[in-house]
Amino acid sequence: MNKKTVKYALLASLPVMAGYIVLGIGFGILLYDKGYSFWWAILMSVVIYAGSMQYVGVGLLSGGASLISTAIMTLMVNARHLFYGISMVEKYRDTGTAKPYLIYALTDETYSLVCDPQLPDGVDRKKYYILVSLMDQSYWVFGSFLGGFLGSALKFNSQGIDFAMTALFVVIFVEQWEKASHHIPAVLGLALSLICLLIFGPDRFLIPAMLCIPAGLFLLKGKIVEEKNCEGGTKE
Amino acid sequence: MIDTSRALLLIAVMSAVTMLLRFLPFVLFSKSTPKPILYLGEVLPYSIMAMLVVYCLRNTSVLETPHGLPEAVSVAVVILLHKWKHSTLLSILGGTLCYMLFVQVIL
Repeated sequence: MNKKTVKYALLASLPVMAGYIVLGIGFGILLYDKGYSFWWAILMSVVIYAGSMQYVGVGLLSGGASLISTAIMTLMVNARHLFYGISMVEKYRDTGTAKPYLIYALTDETYSLVCDPQLPDGVDRKKYYILVSLMDQSYWVFGSFLGGFLGSALKFNSQGIDFAMTALFVVIFVEQWEKASHHIPAVLGLALSLICLLIFGPDRFLIPAMLCIPAGLFLLKGKIVEEKNCEGGTKE
Repeated sequence: MIDTSRALLLIAVMSAVTMLLRFLPFVLFSKSTPKPILYLGEVLPYSIMAMLVVYCLRNTSVLETPHGLPEAVSVAVVILLHKWKHSTLLSILGGTLCYMLFVQVIL
């Protein structure tokens, strides 16, 4: 494994490390408060490995939800993962034996690091995918273990620290904006998400937004391709 | 607290549905990727990142005080820092500290 790839993956994953350890600790504490030891936190972080779903899961466990409502809730909260798969199908095609792991570990944050990386020369793309996925998950599992292990002994005033995740996505949005030869997809995603949020409210906007966005992208396909060709330089 | 086997069962359901969603596109398009999906794969990342930002900020209330001011200012800090230095870590650190300052100290 070349050093440059390891170093690059580690640097790229640093912001996720900060966010995941803190959010993982929060999850571990929450679960501990409901009477589940750190083993449960580790178990969930390994077999589910989806941040926001695990927070919802704490509520489902403590409320004793039914199997059906748990399945439907998971479907709603995690439906956006379908998108990640669709946009990684080609990029992950040649990843060989690591492929099942890469797909299993494709969380929001990992997706944001693998979806469009402009890797410098000498960095191995496949190894970068694998390393970033492994590193991200180890931060998450470690964080949730720590939260569950230390329990409520670990209460510092962390209010607002979850903004780190928002900030990470904003940064990636800015980077994509600067590199992109077409801005219609970004604007469309933003506008349709906001419109759906206004109409359907915070708990229900994601599914309608996920239906509108691809529809909008297909409707505007001609314009998007045209905009791309006009500006001339794509990196593909 | 519900009993252990029931808790394990609920966790298994959450895991199964999550993995179904993650694996489905790869299973469907394992042989070759149809053209529309290729197109989506190329343009979706840009739309999704915008959707994720909105998703993170979905519970911001614009109508009640502080009218989304902490979020708006902190997002602006992230963007400006990033435009200025292009250092991911600095932008995230700056924006998050700004946000924490807002919600813990100022408001």
